[in-house]
Amino acid sequence: MKKGEDIEFIKEGKRVDGRGFDELRDIKIEVGVLKRADGSCYLELGNNKVIAAVYGPREMHPRHAQDAKMAVVKFRYNMAPFSVDDRKRPGPDRRSVEISKVSREAVEPVIIKEYYPKTAIEVYVEILQSDAGTRTAGINAASVALADAGIPMKDLVSSVAVGKVGGEVVLDLNAVEDNYGEADMPIAMIARRNVITALQMDGRMTKEEIEKGLKLAMNACHQIYELQRTALLKRYDSSEDRAA
Amino acid sequence: MYKVVIPGDFVSDDAKRAGEGTYVEDGEVHAATYGVVDDKNEIRVVAFTGKYIPIRGDVVLGKVIEISFPYWIIDIASPYEARLHMSEVAMRNEERIDFGNMNAFWDLDDLIAVEVTNVDALMRISLALKEDLVIGSGGRLIEIPYTKVPRIIGRKGSMIKLLKAKSNCFIFVAKNGRIWIKGDAEDMKLASEVILMITNEAHTSGLTNRVAEFLDLARQSSKR
Repeated sequence: MKKGEDIEFIKEGKRVDGRGFDELRDIKIEVGVLKRADGSCYLELGNNKVIAAVYGPREMHPRHAQDAKMAVVKFRYNMAPFSVDDRKRPGPDRRSVEISKVSREAVEPVIIKEYYPKTAIEVYVEILQSDAGTRTAGINAASVALADAGIPMKDLVSSVAVGKVGGEVVLDLNAVEDNYGEADMPIAMIARRNVITALQMDGRMTKEEIEKGLKLAMNACHQIYELQRTALLKRYDSSEDRAA
Repeated sequence: MYKVVIPGDFVSDDAKRAGEGTYVEDGEVHAATYGVVDDKNEIRVVAFTGKYIPIRGDVVLGKVIEISFPYWIIDIASPYEARLHMSEVAMRNEERIDFGNMNAFWDLDDLIAVEVTNVDALMRISLALKEDLVIGSGGRLIEIPYTKVPRIIGRKGSMIKLLKAKSNCFIFVAKNGRIWIKGDAEDMKLASEVILMITNEAHTSGLTNRVAEFLDLARQSSKR
């Protein structure tokens, strides 16, 4: 196993996987992949593979947790046992409970919950393969799946991580950079309005570095928003071809 | 051509005409759902899918899911369950309805046509019987997104008239997206195929003509 200090993170202005500092990994988004869900989305972010399913609005159980004025959003982030190198013990753990809560709070602000009092909107995010940044991939997928489910929303949420690696502020960390880098800061935002809905940080960065990172993240969120948008629009283009 | 929008998309400047599926912010109309823009009297975004929310006066197809004296609890393909009171039946029945024999009138899984008489703030839904429409046994039930019901009916009922005439079926389209078809096995198969076709292509234009062609073709090939 490589130790953190031995890795040369930056080589001739490129990162370990050959990306520039402000470069995203490849993103692939597919809408409506699950037949039985009300809305769904499959998303690949580099080597991350996630699937999001949305059910509802449907009757809220348990009943005492209903809200008489609005819908309740439930969000479950779950990692498949085979999603990481060493088998992950299945089921919720401290980490996934936290990510579920953070992700829920990241997508909740755009959902118009008042339309469906006493109901539950359930979001399930399954991580099939993980390579750092699964929570941001999960939020991106969840937001597309929510739109696909026909849930009224004010906007889409896009999410990306920035961090500090080898003394440089970089965008969208991969597994090596995340594990041995100096800092990691996942951000979720409503791209069109530049409103941040979630922000976490692990590690140390100076004020200037955080500001620089935020700028990188904002640009990247705009790019991701465009990808989410084209994925949604494309779905109904293809059925048009069939009709013609 | 229909314009597809996603949540948050700018739709129009005319905030006064903002309708269903939109929200207004800073005097601009934005899409609130993933769907197509309908810009006729008011600006609406017709969602591709979604859950049916009952409105008073709607006629829906419901399924009995529970009998809880003095109510039948009815599933109306919505996040909210609805209740049909015993007195609705008692009024037009000689036989006395009582605690024990409610299932003699409708039992679990029975399908009935009902009208939404009231929806209160707590989303409790009361129903009334639709006496001119009795769902007997036999036939087929199809469920489609309720947002596509207007498309099945068509402008001034053009689509549904065409479908009924060409398929020789009795077709009842309820507001909650449930469709009841009754006829010969072959006819019902054709009718349900066409309904699925309309559902899948609801966002394209010239659909009525394409459906007419499809029906004619199907009829020709079945004669041979």
